[in-house]
Amino acid sequence: MSGAQAVVHSLLKEGVDLIFGYPGGAIMPVYDALYDYENELKHILVRHEQGATHAAQGYARASGKVGVCLATSGPGATNLITGIADAQIDSTPLVCITGQVASPLLGTDAFQETDVIGISMPVTKWNYQVTRASEIPGAIAKAFYIAKTGKPGPVLVDITKDAQFEMLNFDYKPFTGMRSYVTCPSIDLSKIQEAASMINAAKRPLVLFGQGVILSGAEREFKDFIEKAELPSAWTIMGLSALDSNHYLNVGMLGMHGNYAPNKLTNECDVLIAVGMRFDDRVTGDLSRYAKQAKVIHMEIDPAELDKNVKTDVAILGDAKVSLIALTEQLGKKEHKEWLQEFRKLEFDEFNEVVKSELNPSQGELTMGEVIRSVNDHTGGTAIMVTDVGQHQMVSCRYAKFKQSRSLITSGGLGTMGFCLPAAIGAKFAKPQREVVAVIGDGGFQMTIQELGTIFQTKIPVKIVVLNNEFLGMVRQWQELFFDKRYASTTMINPDFQKIVEGYDIKTKKVTERKQLNRAVQEMLDFDGAFFLEVKVGKENNVFPMIPTGASVSEIRLK
Amino acid sequence: MKKRYTISVFTEDMVGLLNRVTIVFTRRKINIESIAASDSEVKDIHRYTIVVTETEDTVQKVTLQLEKQVEVIKAVYHQDDEVIYQEIALFKVPTSILLQGGDAEHIVRSHHARVLSVETQFTVIEKTGHKEETQKLFDELEPFGILEFVRSGRVAITKPMRTLTSIVNELENT
Repeated sequence: MSGAQAVVHSLLKEGVDLIFGYPGGAIMPVYDALYDYENELKHILVRHEQGATHAAQGYARASGKVGVCLATSGPGATNLITGIADAQIDSTPLVCITGQVASPLLGTDAFQETDVIGISMPVTKWNYQVTRASEIPGAIAKAFYIAKTGKPGPVLVDITKDAQFEMLNFDYKPFTGMRSYVTCPSIDLSKIQEAASMINAAKRPLVLFGQGVILSGAEREFKDFIEKAELPSAWTIMGLSALDSNHYLNVGMLGMHGNYAPNKLTNECDVLIAVGMRFDDRVTGDLSRYAKQAKVIHMEIDPAELDKNVKTDVAILGDAKVSLIALTEQLGKKEHKEWLQEFRKLEFDEFNEVVKSELNPSQGELTMGEVIRSVNDHTGGTAIMVTDVGQHQMVSCRYAKFKQSRSLITSGGLGTMGFCLPAAIGAKFAKPQREVVAVIGDGGFQMTIQELGTIFQTKIPVKIVVLNNEFLGMVRQWQELFFDKRYASTTMINPDFQKIVEGYDIKTKKVTERKQLNRAVQEMLDFDGAFFLEVKVGKENNVFPMIPTGASVSEIRLK
Repeated sequence: MKKRYTISVFTEDMVGLLNRVTIVFTRRKINIESIAASDSEVKDIHRYTIVVTETEDTVQKVTLQLEKQVEVIKAVYHQDDEVIYQEIALFKVPTSILLQGGDAEHIVRSHHARVLSVETQFTVIEKTGHKEETQKLFDELEPFGILEFVRSGRVAITKPMRTLTSIVNELENT
């Protein structure tokens, strides 16, 4: 068969049934091969290659499978970069396949030639250029193995056009490992013992959990762990939904716009136990004043993350699930009633100062919080919520309540505006039986608004909620607080979104007043098909609490 | 405190891997003072010897980031007193300065430098040693006129007795 057919057959061997992509000159042989496999290997035509990567990310994050995208050389390949960088920092397994000019033309500045291997190197877990058809099965097998094992991440395979045309004898062997790459380090039991004694002796323990819990499928083991020793647990936004929002040990969100109690009490706990998270600066604030009083236990699969930002007392290298099982066995049953009470007390302060007026305002403009809560209530917390980046993202993470894992998909590390709409499309393809609600600001919506075309063409029934404050709200909030209200280039003069969305034949609704909200949300959810709900929210509302840049977590402000 | 460190990176034999390795440094704006690529004692394993002046904390983190690269087998760092290292420098000087006898010839002799090639117009002198030593010869010859100068990256052998073969065996058996 040809190299192009080998690409298709390799994908099928890896169990792929859906890819996102955009054709072009250098990838045409692969598209031609795909034409014969429309039923086995469905291709979703996006409207921009960035959309393909985000859709593949949404697919991967919702399903736990590897997301696959396909693009041509040159601009097709460079358009993938933002999504690849996003997947790299958020550990999302992606396999990106790009076409490349024919190998004799490499380095000649041929039409649509770009050094995508060089460009993508800093943002891929691995990448490889194929110039011979015979390399294709091996390269794709290795790509999938690397993408999904260890700490997952994006890989890119660049295939020259002549390799796509060349014939080969197809023989597919799944990749089983390589000596230079340890996927799952074995657990050091002495460290488990050390950590267990530390937790057993703790009076004020605090657990921080991240996406590592979800990536290792350790949700149940994590719950057993915290329940056994009654450990209050706070999450990073990447870890959100790994633990039921209403679990009595779930003490809320960490970081810059997180909850008051877990941030404050990070600097009052005696043992800090981090599980599958990487102490991002948005979580820690000023590192020199971060949990200095506490003994730190860090459970992490990536050796480069241990002691990177926060010096640990006990570093447990390994998969979260394996570590948690071993550690839970060594724990004594404990109660921490008084310590938990401290969280409740601060939670009450936050409720009075911030939450009450955000969720139940009696007058004035609509708040983002009440919209999120309405969507959340009407879906019973069972929907997958996908967010973009900015104020609405923080509000969604703060106020949506989740019952099952993999329910919140967001661009955490890279903070990519425009992520949401394509990611929601990908999530819905991955989980067609679940409701998928995209929550986007008016700024981010316009960054990948063209993906409405993908919804139109595929009839994928995603629900889109645009929270329109006619501002780039998060930047405006910073301008208000730290730049003397000098609103440089944050005012958005927006088009009539209703008209635009109607052009794509998607049902629309606009809400400008509080009394319309619940009914409109219900109408959106009841509608059989894609739906666009635009809500006019307060123009200059701010997200609080907030840890200003350079401040310590304990200096979190309620207003 | 910043010190000079030698980082040894053992990798699979792959096109583009050197780029992946150097990206780890450039991304953190760490200057690579010298870099040498060569084979190692184990077949199909390449070795980069990289010299940087940084704090140990940074070097430690960089080493972990290097090892994180999928096709890097092992990365280790050492201070100068933990490695035996050498560099080679070549000097092209006018043959006339040596024919005159006296100072230039004396300098070459006192540095135990070797004469590699003598042509009518120029002579090529080789000096191996630490950078300080090759630099000293440079400084002393400079007044006579150096036509061309080149110094290699550092190559280094580590003093600790753990062999690459034992590391590879361990990785292959887990």
